[in-house]
Amino acid sequence: MQIRLTVNGEPRALEVDVRASLLDVLREGLALKGTKKGCDHGQCGACTVLVDGVRINSCLTLAVMHDGDAVTTIEGVGTPEALHPIQQAFLEQDAFQCGYCTPGQICSALGMLAEAAAGHPSHATADLLAPVELTEPEIRERMSGNLCRCSAYPQIVAAIRQAAEAA
Amino acid sequence: MADDANPIALNRAGLIGKPVDRLEGKLKVSGTADYAYEVMEKPGAAFGYLVGATIPRGKIAGVDISAAEAAPGVLLVWTHRNAPSQPAPGTQSQAGSQAPAQPELYDERIRFYGQTAALVVAESFEQAAAAARLVRIDYEADAGAAVVFDDMHAAARDTGGDEEAQKGDFDAAFASAPAVIDATWTTPVQNHCQMEPHASLCWWEGDQVYAFTSNQSVKRPQHALGETLGIDRNKVHLRARYIGGGFGGKNNSYADLTLSALAARELKRPVKIALTRQQMFHMTVHRPATVQRVRLAADRNGQLTGISHETISHCARADRFMERASAFTKNLYAAPNRRIGHKLALMDLPVAGAMRAPGEAVGMLALECAMDELAEQLGMDPVDLRILNEPDVDPTDGRPFSTRPLVRCLKEGAQAFGWDARIPTPRHTRDGRWWVGTGMAAAIRGNFLLPAKAQIHISAEGIVTVRQAMTDIGTGTYTILAQIAAETLGVPLEEVRIELGHSEWAPAPGSGGSFGAASAGSAAMDAGINLRSKLAALAVGDAASPLHGGDPAKAEFRDGNIVIGNQAEALGDLVRRASPQGVDAVGAVTPDPKGREYSQHTYGGHFCEVGVDAVTGEVRVRRMIGVFAAGRILNHKTARSQLTGGMIWGIGGALHEENHVDPRFGSFVAQDLAQYHVPAQADIAGLDAWFIDEVDDIANPLGIKGVGELGICGAGAAVANAVYNACGVRVRDYPITVEKVLAGLQALEG
Ligand code: FES
Ligand code: FES
Repeated sequence: MQIRLTVNGEPRALEVDVRASLLDVLREGLALKGTKKGCDHGQCGACTVLVDGVRINSCLTLAVMHDGDAVTTIEGVGTPEALHPIQQAFLEQDAFQCGYCTPGQICSALGMLAEAAAGHPSHATADLLAPVELTEPEIRERMSGNLCRCSAYPQIVAAIRQAAEAA
Repeated sequence: MADDANPIALNRAGLIGKPVDRLEGKLKVSGTADYAYEVMEKPGAAFGYLVGATIPRGKIAGVDISAAEAAPGVLLVWTHRNAPSQPAPGTQSQAGSQAPAQPELYDERIRFYGQTAALVVAESFEQAAAAARLVRIDYEADAGAAVVFDDMHAAARDTGGDEEAQKGDFDAAFASAPAVIDATWTTPVQNHCQMEPHASLCWWEGDQVYAFTSNQSVKRPQHALGETLGIDRNKVHLRARYIGGGFGGKNNSYADLTLSALAARELKRPVKIALTRQQMFHMTVHRPATVQRVRLAADRNGQLTGISHETISHCARADRFMERASAFTKNLYAAPNRRIGHKLALMDLPVAGAMRAPGEAVGMLALECAMDELAEQLGMDPVDLRILNEPDVDPTDGRPFSTRPLVRCLKEGAQAFGWDARIPTPRHTRDGRWWVGTGMAAAIRGNFLLPAKAQIHISAEGIVTVRQAMTDIGTGTYTILAQIAAETLGVPLEEVRIELGHSEWAPAPGSGGSFGAASAGSAAMDAGINLRSKLAALAVGDAASPLHGGDPAKAEFRDGNIVIGNQAEALGDLVRRASPQGVDAVGAVTPDPKGREYSQHTYGGHFCEVGVDAVTGEVRVRRMIGVFAAGRILNHKTARSQLTGGMIWGIGGALHEENHVDPRFGSFVAQDLAQYHVPAQADIAGLDAWFIDEVDDIANPLGIKGVGELGICGAGAAVANAVYNACGVRVRDYPITVEKVLAGLQALEG
């Protein structure tokens, strides 16, 4: 089936298998290998991308459902030569080891920061009416959909705080 | 090596220990590091999908692949009936082979649940996955396939191997001691759950195979694949550049490697296969469950008179892997009377294997809690009890320790944590609905060095490149090798390149057992020193060099220059003029037999505060610190991450991680990340690790020790001890989940 996506700002028209997940279309159809497959079942967050600015597990959604959507993958966040501040913060804080969960963590962090800025509460939010303060418990709660088996969790929190404070 | 000749000890540029960012970090944070399944060097890969058996033991009675073969896009369907013939498992026909053949689909026997029973290859992933569902396999299970998980004692058999650890008369010591502990701890099956599933991508060029795979080592899978394919292993070009976590579960290669190579040969195009998350639980290895009986005997002052630690772990029927959970007890505390033992219970389960700190990770969950119980019985502080029983030499074999700063770790940890404010009686502090308490444990982990080589090159541009058939599984190998090479040659870090993961390059043992940095790094330093000799000889022999005629033994390397006396020349200038093709050198490390005369370990102390919800029994770690001794630290940033990562694994082992066996199928109940709970971000709070200053000159030429496994050792015991101190409940059946805590609270509160 023919669909059109805007991926990292570029319009793409492609023919996809109706069974294909958005994740597999990104990785195999568009050769954007930065988005990772850790479980293919929505349980690890390695495949997190931004669809129209909102973070989603791309393994858990079919590509055909996204005809017309704008997708941002890690490749659209920054490049090795021009890292996004949050990528730079991950690097400086050593917020990864094997690196396999990392693109998902970074896309998730971007989505999370936008959610917090928009005032979305989380399970850890004490006051639902006040603006969200990005405390450590808030960050941990909001980032718990992204597993890191290397367990870089303290460093990931530090990186997100660094990026959030600089922003 | 004398310190004044050892560039790492000299640390002239201060790069050793420096918390520099990961060398490959920019690639990882930008998604441009390519893991095996993603390699694009040869486009057009077909997609393989595996089918796993659904019985614990038996045979394949019937196969129908016609529907799968007829499905759209399908290129190949193999079962044991039509797969290419391969050497028998275990075949090791090539001289110096490090790994045996690992044939797949070679007979009708099913040896464990999940064993690969069929392969489908198709044009797309969706087609392969759909066709895999059309493969019909009828199984005939053997009568009496046995998984007797509830009674490991009944199935256990002695394996020997601990003779040197039996000392004195333990039974007599235990019978006469005024203070004793005798209790049994159990630990469950654990799974590695690396974030990157095992995957391989292979293609052929003539009779040579290029095999990209996710493995902790390069040479072992290369050798295994050579044996399996029946070709000279030098025709196997194995690549493992980026690996998404290993933790022991990628020490071996699996069906993805064997079958992608065979299918690529058959189809004459690249083929790639990844295990699904579900398949990883059975097709690879797991940490076996253990039952551990620990007995301690002490006099009234707390001096241990006897220690006994006996472990039973399970094992696949055809295998002999053992979780040596009692082994570290040989080296930890002094006591004249000792009994250490291991038994295996053979069952029809998938093959078990090494998982981060095999032995210590679960063994310390027993011994270090037994020590806590003993301290309480004696009315002693648990730190003091450990210090009192600190041995002067290895308590089992009498060897001196290479270094032994355990007491320093405990004291510094206690001070940093504020341990002296601790209230020893349980149920002393309530914070709202939370019982709050603290606990501690010691850490110990064996230290190793394996033979390794390295090659090094300096180009006419002055760029230094180290090449090794080595891996970086997230451990920081790329980074520390660059620091070692830069410090040795006196060049800036930016002018060093590290290339790992090619089987053609100098052999190194890979990443596992905490021996990676010491082995690979020592070889890299040696290569750097040999390169320095060559560069010095080049300079003094070159009439155009300002160093011409100087004494090469006096050459120093700093700031990108070679310096003799007050003459200096930039390395790039020298090489460009005198050897424009560059200069190469090799280096090696072979373990010094003298090293075996010492008992070598890393050490640490964990201190932890938990909250236990008095209503729900939920346990949360509130803060935790670990203070560690691991020789010289090459990079404080990456080493700290290894330690905090290990500590979080310890928390997972204490509180979260377990798999259950389904005796009907010889399978594990949890087969995904929803059912198998690895620690998530919200499970972790205020956690830090740091190192005490030390150098171990016995361990290896770098004076370093491994840090990949130390953090997990003892960490879970500190959590368990804190749970007891908080709420008065001792759970000896790991993990400490809410229902067990609640049952304990109810028993206490009536
Ligand atoms: S791959 Fe999508 S959540 Fe794991
Ligand atoms: S960095 Fe390895 S899983 Fe997160």
